[in-house]
Amino acid sequence: MIVADRKPFQEIIEMLAPYSRILLLGCNECVTVCAVGGAKEVAVLASEIRLRRAKEGIPVEIKEVTLERNCDPEYVETLQPFINDFDVALSMACGCGIQFVGERYRNRIVLPAVNTTFYGVTEQHGVWAERCQGCGNCVLDRTLGICPVTRCAKSLFNGPCGGSQGGVCEVNKETPCAWQLIVDRYKEMGVLDRYLEIQPVKDWSVSRDGGPRKRIREDLKI
Amino acid sequence: MSTASNLERVLKAGIFAVTSECGPPRGADPEAVKKKGGFLSGYVDAVNVTDNQTSVVRMSSLSACLILKTMGFDPVMQMVCRDRNRIAIQSDILGAAALGINNILCLSGDHQKFGDHPTAKNVFDVDSIQLIQCVRKMVDDGRFLSGEEIKGKPSLFVGCAANPFADPFEIRAMRLAKKAVAGAQFVQTQCVFNVGKFGKWMEMVRDLGVHEKVHILAGITPMKSVGMAKYMKNSVPGMDVPDDLIKRMQDTPKEKQAEEGIRICLETIEKVRGIKGVSGIHIMAIEWEQMVPEIVRSAGLYPRPSP
Repeated sequence: MIVADRKPFQEIIEMLAPYSRILLLGCNECVTVCAVGGAKEVAVLASEIRLRRAKEGIPVEIKEVTLERNCDPEYVETLQPFINDFDVALSMACGCGIQFVGERYRNRIVLPAVNTTFYGVTEQHGVWAERCQGCGNCVLDRTLGICPVTRCAKSLFNGPCGGSQGGVCEVNKETPCAWQLIVDRYKEMGVLDRYLEIQPVKDWSVSRDGGPRKRIREDLKI
Repeated sequence: MSTASNLERVLKAGIFAVTSECGPPRGADPEAVKKKGGFLSGYVDAVNVTDNQTSVVRMSSLSACLILKTMGFDPVMQMVCRDRNRIAIQSDILGAAALGINNILCLSGDHQKFGDHPTAKNVFDVDSIQLIQCVRKMVDDGRFLSGEEIKGKPSLFVGCAANPFADPFEIRAMRLAKKAVAGAQFVQTQCVFNVGKFGKWMEMVRDLGVHEKVHILAGITPMKSVGMAKYMKNSVPGMDVPDDLIKRMQDTPKEKQAEEGIRICLETIEKVRGIKGVSGIHIMAIEWEQMVPEIVRSAGLYPRPSP
C-alpha cells in the first residue's frame, strides 16, 4: 500500500487561511489502511479545523467526502455535482489522488493534508514499513526477497557497507541492515555462496530517473 | 599491467608498504593541504586523500591530490559513490588520470546523515564494487561503462576498502573476494584495534586465496586519549576497540595517554606485520599527521624506498 503521514496541523491551517468553504477529501484505499486519510481521519481533521476556526472567530464550512479511490476517474467524477460549491479542496489521499482530482477539476486548487512517504506493509498493528521503491527492475530473485534498493540506506547491490553492526543500519538503529537480512536469508536457504555473485550496474532508466512512467495495455483501452 | 604508481611499484617489489592519509580542509586554502603533507613527506609510499569524509564538505579530493602531487607525493584519490553518478565518476577518473594521479580508492561513502548537510539527496548510482569494475573497464579495456571506446585511456592502480570488524562477519572475507574479482588490486582496511579479530578475518581471506590477488594494507590509527578511544568504540559505526585497550588508556595518566596511544599503535603494527598476507599498513592519524614520522621510524619502516 501507499503510506503517508498527516501534515502538521499548523501547516494545514496556514494553507487554508484564504479559504472559508472547504471540501475535505479522504480515500478509502491505502490511506485508510494506514490510518491517515480514511473517513475517520477526515472527520477528525474536519473537527480540528472547525474548532480552530471557531476559536479564531473565522467562519468555515467543511464538507467531508471519502471517495472509494482518488486515483480512478469514475470515483473522481462523483465530485462534479458539488466541488464548485467550495473554495478549495483539501485532500487526505496520497500524492497520486491529490494530483488526479486537481487534473479533473482545473478551476479548483487541491491542497495536500498528508505527506506521502512510501510503498509499504503493515508490520504490526500501527506499524508500517517501507518495502519497495518501484525501481522498475526487480532484483528480489537475487536477494531472496529482500530489496536492497529500498531497505539499504545506500541502495547497495553487492553487500553491506562498513557501518552494519549488530544487525542494524548505521543510519538508524531501528532499521535492520538490509544486507544482514539478505545474508541471513541466504544462510537460511543454504545458498550463502550466492553472496559472491557480483550484481552489475543497474539500469535506472526504468526507474523514476527515466522520467515519469506510464503503462499502457492497448487491449484494455476503450 | 603496470601504472606509474609508486605504491604499485613498492607492493609488487614485495616491500612492506606504508601509506597514510590527508583529509582536505574545509576551505580553499592550499596551505592547509601543504602543511599536512609536509608532515608525511619522505615517510610514506603514497598518501590517500579523502573524499568529503563523514559527509562533511571539504576541498575536493582531486584538487588536494594535485597539490600533494606537486609536493612529490604519489596520491591515492579516494572516490565515493554517494555524491556522483556514473557520468561524474567517469569524468573525474579521466580528469584525475590526465593530471597524473596514479591511484584511486573506490568506496561507497559515508551516509550523508552523518555530515554537515544531512538533508542532501544521495546518489549511489553505482556501489563500491561496481565502481571498481567501472575503473578497471576504463583502465584495462579503454571503455566507458556504456561500452563506448575511450580516446586516451586512463592508467590507475585500483584500490578498495574493507572493514573486517563490521557485520555480518562471516561474509566480510567474501566481500573482499568480490572486490578482488571486480578488479581491486589493493585494499586498505578499517582501523585495526582488535588484532585477534583481524587475524581471524585474514585467515578467512587466506582460505579464499584473496591475499594472493590483492595487496592488503592494515589500517592503523594512533589514539590520542582515552576520550578518543571511547568515542571510536561507541560512536563510530563499524569500529571495534576492545575493552582492554580502553582500560589501558584509562589507566594511563592523562599527560601520558598520547604516548601510550603511540605505543599501542606500534604494537599493533608489529602484530599485523606478523600476519601472513599483510603487505603493508595504512596509517590514519586523524588530525595527528605530525605523529606519522615517529610511528614509521619507531616501527622500523624508515627510510622508505625512493620513488
